[in-house]
Amino acid sequence: MEFFLQLLLNGLVVGSIYSLVALGFVIIFKASGILNFAQGEFLLLGAYVFLAISSAHAPIYAALLLTLAFSAILGILLERLVLRPLIGEPIISVIMVTLGLSSVLRAIVQGFWGTDTRPLPSVFSLEPILLGPLPIARGYLYGAACVAVLLVVLTLFFKYSRPGVAMRATADSQQVALSMGISVRRIFALSWSIAAVVSAVGGILLATMRGGVDGSLAILGLKVLPAVIVGGLDSIGGAILGGLIIGILENLSGGYLDPVFGGGVKEVAPFVALVLILMVRPYGLFGKVRIERV
Amino acid sequence: MLSGEFHTSYRADMAIYETARARRVLAAFLVVLFVLPFFGSPYWLDVLNRAAIAVIAATGLNILTGFTGQISLGNAAFLAIGAYSTAYLAARGVPFALVIPAAGIVTALAGMVFGVPSLRLKGLYLAMATLAAHFIVEFLVTHWESVTGGVNGTSVPAPSVFGLPLANDRMLAFLILPACIAHLWFAKNLFRTRVGKAFVAIRDQDISAEVMGVEVFRFKLLAFGVSSFYVGVAGSLLAYQARIISPENFPLLVAIDQLGMIIIGGLGSILGSILGAVFWTFLNEGLRLMVSALSGQFPGLVQQFAPLRLGVFGLIVILFLVFEPDGLAAIWRRIRNWFRLYPFSY
Repeated sequence: MEFFLQLLLNGLVVGSIYSLVALGFVIIFKASGILNFAQGEFLLLGAYVFLAISSAHAPIYAALLLTLAFSAILGILLERLVLRPLIGEPIISVIMVTLGLSSVLRAIVQGFWGTDTRPLPSVFSLEPILLGPLPIARGYLYGAACVAVLLVVLTLFFKYSRPGVAMRATADSQQVALSMGISVRRIFALSWSIAAVVSAVGGILLATMRGGVDGSLAILGLKVLPAVIVGGLDSIGGAILGGLIIGILENLSGGYLDPVFGGGVKEVAPFVALVLILMVRPYGLFGKVRIERV
Repeated sequence: MLSGEFHTSYRADMAIYETARARRVLAAFLVVLFVLPFFGSPYWLDVLNRAAIAVIAATGLNILTGFTGQISLGNAAFLAIGAYSTAYLAARGVPFALVIPAAGIVTALAGMVFGVPSLRLKGLYLAMATLAAHFIVEFLVTHWESVTGGVNGTSVPAPSVFGLPLANDRMLAFLILPACIAHLWFAKNLFRTRVGKAFVAIRDQDISAEVMGVEVFRFKLLAFGVSSFYVGVAGSLLAYQARIISPENFPLLVAIDQLGMIIIGGLGSILGSILGAVFWTFLNEGLRLMVSALSGQFPGLVQQFAPLRLGVFGLIVILFLVFEPDGLAAIWRRIRNWFRLYPFSY
């Protein structure tokens, strides 16, 4: 039972980070209908930039702010230079351009920082505290708390703030939004920069939890795909829940099935779930069901 | 169309070669292609073989993605299935003339299994389903050790003709090149038949296709089958060429590379798959040669080869998508037409 609870807790903590990255995914998809396969590289780049700035003896807060500013600008630039010329092109082109983008970003990261794991100055102390009977690293707890705060802030942003409402309107119908005086282009740019920023936060948190940065962080960009599919591609609440579900599923299946299969179950379980969900309920738990009949 | 060329029958309109000259040029090209293996150095023959294998795989992917409009990120997995079934069968003494089609059929079946979700899914969703297929196959390949040898990989005996083993790239070229040409010939003709036209109809508008009497699901599955057969054959040839295969040969990057090939070459064009695959393979070698030539002046460059390659290829894909979405095939057509109509290009 204790083993189960421990796995559940780890799953929740890791899942909360998936939620954050999945949220970035969904924001872009909702606003512009683009599936961003370069999300993992946003995360990687955020973590490395944070590393570079903080290893130049900048205080943590300054490093964090600079990283976020960098990510925001990166998101806007990419949208303007790469994605906007492809508006109206077939889906394969858009998918492929984000894949190309992920190659280029990863090449830049590898070119600058190599492939070795770089230790990150620890932001939180890693001393475990007891949560009931379960020990949990302090950093994990703070990480999860950060994510929770961010998720609440973003939810409020979408619900009440003017740009947030404009983004939801654009997601609903671009034409109507345009005729109501919303600049759809600016919304696209905004959604890309928000996605880049939340991914960078996810990257920094994940890197501090692991105690170092390396290229394997980028795999997270693919791992959140099951999360967004489980939750529904165009549902913000779904992304949050989907991230948690995938995090828990991954840890439970890893904990119980890895000894049976000799490892690797943790990596593949989310994708098995992805296929099953796609077969049974392709639009996820909360996604908008689009019906086509012949 | 060449000026002064007029088609007076439907037969002439449907012909693959518009003129007798086109046929002669192609024949000359084939002769050169088959003379090459006698003179090429082992290094360039290896590159030639790999390019030919890439052409088969890219054509398969183009049938599915370019012609039928079903996006697949699972090509590395299908290559792996073809390669591992080859290793399994060849190790049990089955002659290669049976192994290669068998590998194709096994892969075709696997492809159709992963094509089943395409009944309900389109576009983005299908890309995800095939991506999941990639990770699931990767898991199986590393963990089903009795068949695949796990992470250590497995070795493949050389194919032999009447007791003569095709042990080097020069000999293998005479297996791989004809296989490549046969597959291209089949693909080119496929799109002159009802089946091929049904594929294109599904790509352009699946609902209209259904209304016109194309059974969308059946033809989608068939497209997955045909495409995976091609990829399986490519995987089989790859296994015969590499002789040792392990999960490291089939990372996700391979699937992305192949999508890159058909994007650069031209979606929905057989010529495009050829141009894209050849361009991609030779660019890769060009980069490698350049890096090793410059490594004298810049000693750090060799470690930078992997990121350099990644970056260059990603950049090329982005540039093609933004500036020339129809790929090399469109550029080729433009150049050809300019010469044909010279000096009255308007």
